[in-house]
Amino acid sequence: MRNFSAYSARRKSWRKFVNICMLTFSGIATGIVVAPLLWILGYVFSQGWPAINLQFFTELPTPVGVPGGGIANALVGSLMTVGLGLLIAAPIGILAGLYAAAHPESILGLIVRFGTDVISGVPSIVMGIFAYTIIVLPQKHFSAFSGGVVLAFIMLPIIVRTTEEMLKLVPATLREASVALGAAEWKTAFSVILPTAFNGVLTGLMLAIARAAGEAAPMLFTAFGNPFMNMDFNQPAATLPHMIFVYAISPYDDWHAKAWATALVLIVLVLVLNILARLFTWWRARNLGNVS
Amino acid sequence: MKLQARKKSSSQFVQNIGRIWQYGDSLYRLLLFAAILAVLILVLAIGYELWVNSALSRHAFGWKFLITSDWDPALRDTFGALPFILGTLITSAIAMIAAIPLGLGTAIFLAELAPNWLRQPVGFLVELLAAVPSVVFGLWGLFAYIPIFVKPTSTLLNRTLGFLPLFEGPVFGPSRLAAGLLLAIMIFPTITAVSRDVFRAIPNSQREAALALGATRWEMISQVLIPYGTSGLLGAIILGLGRALGETIAVTMVIGNNLDFSASLLHPGYTMASIIANEFTEATFDLYLHALIEIGLILFFITLMINLIARILIWRVSRRTKMEARA
Amino acid sequence: MQTPVQVKTVVNENAVKARQSAPKMEMRNLSVYYGKFRALAEINLTVQANKITAIIGPSGCGKSTLLRSFNRMNDLTPSARVDGEIFLDGENINSNSADIVDVRRRVGMVFQRPNPFPKSIYDNVAYGPRLYGVKRKSDLDGIVEKSLRQAALWDEVKDKLHQSGLSISGGQQQRLCIARALAVEPEVILMDEPASALDPISTLRIEELMHDIVSDYTIIIVTHNMQQAARVSDYTAMMMIDENRSGRMIEFDQTQRIFTNPKDKRTEDYVTGRFG
Repeated sequence: MRNFSAYSARRKSWRKFVNICMLTFSGIATGIVVAPLLWILGYVFSQGWPAINLQFFTELPTPVGVPGGGIANALVGSLMTVGLGLLIAAPIGILAGLYAAAHPESILGLIVRFGTDVISGVPSIVMGIFAYTIIVLPQKHFSAFSGGVVLAFIMLPIIVRTTEEMLKLVPATLREASVALGAAEWKTAFSVILPTAFNGVLTGLMLAIARAAGEAAPMLFTAFGNPFMNMDFNQPAATLPHMIFVYAISPYDDWHAKAWATALVLIVLVLVLNILARLFTWWRARNLGNVS
Repeated sequence: MKLQARKKSSSQFVQNIGRIWQYGDSLYRLLLFAAILAVLILVLAIGYELWVNSALSRHAFGWKFLITSDWDPALRDTFGALPFILGTLITSAIAMIAAIPLGLGTAIFLAELAPNWLRQPVGFLVELLAAVPSVVFGLWGLFAYIPIFVKPTSTLLNRTLGFLPLFEGPVFGPSRLAAGLLLAIMIFPTITAVSRDVFRAIPNSQREAALALGATRWEMISQVLIPYGTSGLLGAIILGLGRALGETIAVTMVIGNNLDFSASLLHPGYTMASIIANEFTEATFDLYLHALIEIGLILFFITLMINLIARILIWRVSRRTKMEARA
Repeated sequence: MQTPVQVKTVVNENAVKARQSAPKMEMRNLSVYYGKFRALAEINLTVQANKITAIIGPSGCGKSTLLRSFNRMNDLTPSARVDGEIFLDGENINSNSADIVDVRRRVGMVFQRPNPFPKSIYDNVAYGPRLYGVKRKSDLDGIVEKSLRQAALWDEVKDKLHQSGLSISGGQQQRLCIARALAVEPEVILMDEPASALDPISTLRIEELMHDIVSDYTIIIVTHNMQQAARVSDYTAMMMIDENRSGRMIEFDQTQRIFTNPKDKRTEDYVTGRFG
């Protein structure tokens, strides 16, 4: 009896040693995972800040060696493509998310969830090829329009999933109450469920915008880039991430500086959207928590 | 009945509203259905378009496309995707080797060890890392990560292990190693966030059972929690792999884009995604374009499979947890 | 309005005999806080070796918290703080120098709901011994068989040791968890309402099992079922919340006395079913 009380002291200290080692490792791992973020943010700010001024936002790019110049064309181009993408993806995404949240166990609901998961796993460059083959190839020219469409594909799964997640948080009792009062299903959806989940849906849209605004790869052969100001959806357009790419791989130092400054603009935009989305989620979770 | 009464007495306008009210639900269902259809069609259409638009290449080279390594658009007639497939596999392998232990370690820290006040902020930082655009990773990789970290590491590897073909010189900055290590950073958030959620989904009773038997924390994690969540953790890793395989712009910026047939990780290379990014707009004739699109098709197929597997694995864990909660 | 107390339950024979016994565990001035809330206040309690001590009281009075103090499981709750002294064989285990892992080996625990690992029956029981370095197959086989026999489960599972521990019935799973706890040969076994999720027959089997093993172990059981406490235990601690909602021990005595002749009016009300 009790033959473990005397189990070897060496094994005991070995177990404790392994324990400490592995727990320490996981702490260090966390440091290693978080460090690049801080390094990237710090570097982008320190490199990009000196080139930021008002002209940077209002002027068009200048050729190599010519001082000044800005990214007005890329700001407009990004606005156009992301805006168009949102216009296409938001209604479809919200409706599909509504369905998936309302009928989680149904076959169609499962298909939506699976479909969006699959789409979100498709590399954006492949999405770019797809948009190229269905729009650019038949039209025989690059365009802001094709850029917007590819961004819609990229945004769609994000909008569907966040909408679904947020709608699921709407208490079922609320839905039932509305239906019990005799409201039709669509009335319930638009007058009760969506308004309650408004913040959540907005969160999804913001995350989608943040993601789309940073996509460079599919822009290479859809929106293509344009050194001039363009407001025509049928013409090629510059976008912020594509501009960074072009500047970065060029051999010129002043273009590198512009790449950093553009990256600063982009990263601030993306991070602000993400932080806002996160705050909305917190705020929402807290409010719903108080209700129930 | 109310509608009937209204109809008798009211104007055209009210009648219209009544009609919307009446048909609203079917219209609403129709809209929902259309949205779902759009999602479905999108998946199928991507595959179809890539298939059709790679026809020339598929007919010209057949399966040989996958195992030959000629890629000389100047010759105009032979294309083989092997170097790019290998490049993608090598860079992803490097990324996985670095990201799996670090990503899982972080997930363990966040789910099991970190004090409450630390969990939210650190989890948030990891989420922000996921939000950094790929092109910014590339820019930082090119001008900061490579010169400050990757190049010295490469030089060290070459000096100490240079006799291995893997670490053969000369040492370049932009290289397969650089791409792999950058990819590792980019897939940290995926692996960390998903596996953290897997750990959180494991019922507390499992932890208590292990600890009450006198297990140390690490023994609890490694012998009880990890086996319990295996399929979910595998899903997290495969999801990370999917992202690494398809990542384009950052890799294009740091891999050096060079057809190099040596085994050295320290040499520049190409991946499937980066050859597409680099040459797509330069594809001057149809066969060339179709060969590039076929690479896209392969990439699509691989990532599709990988994501399906990952999702199924992750679903299995959440379903089992739900079932046990019910039981 | 004092009516004669009518005890409908059968009082344990062992308790009547009131054998001589030595203290195994002791709590001195124990208080447990969750944040600022004091969940347990000033508990003083001595647990006799090779006896069954029951902790009873209305729900929410801190029975489980008290039980979880015996093997320091409250450490797992981030906001919990445990004040006071807890002695195991005269050594204070509620101190920083105490070896928690060792304490938990010596003080085993069975939980309210059966929680087998999703491993085979064999691996469930062998889990603990393996932690302590038992590697030889024959040794493990012996421990597994002995523990399952002690838990009165051997005959039911001996032909399916390599099936999942989740494939057997709830009552069997709970006995598997008891076997798993016994396999590391603890000195004390804590049971947190071990039968509350089980049917009456499974409950009876667990109670019989406790009787069978108490000569080798010290058992502390939390139960909300007074009949159960009266049936199985030698000593009973009665708990109740005070005006600050802190759990306090209001009476501790031989089970027979608690159920036949309690000193405290509240205990009397509770055991006769007028309360809680």
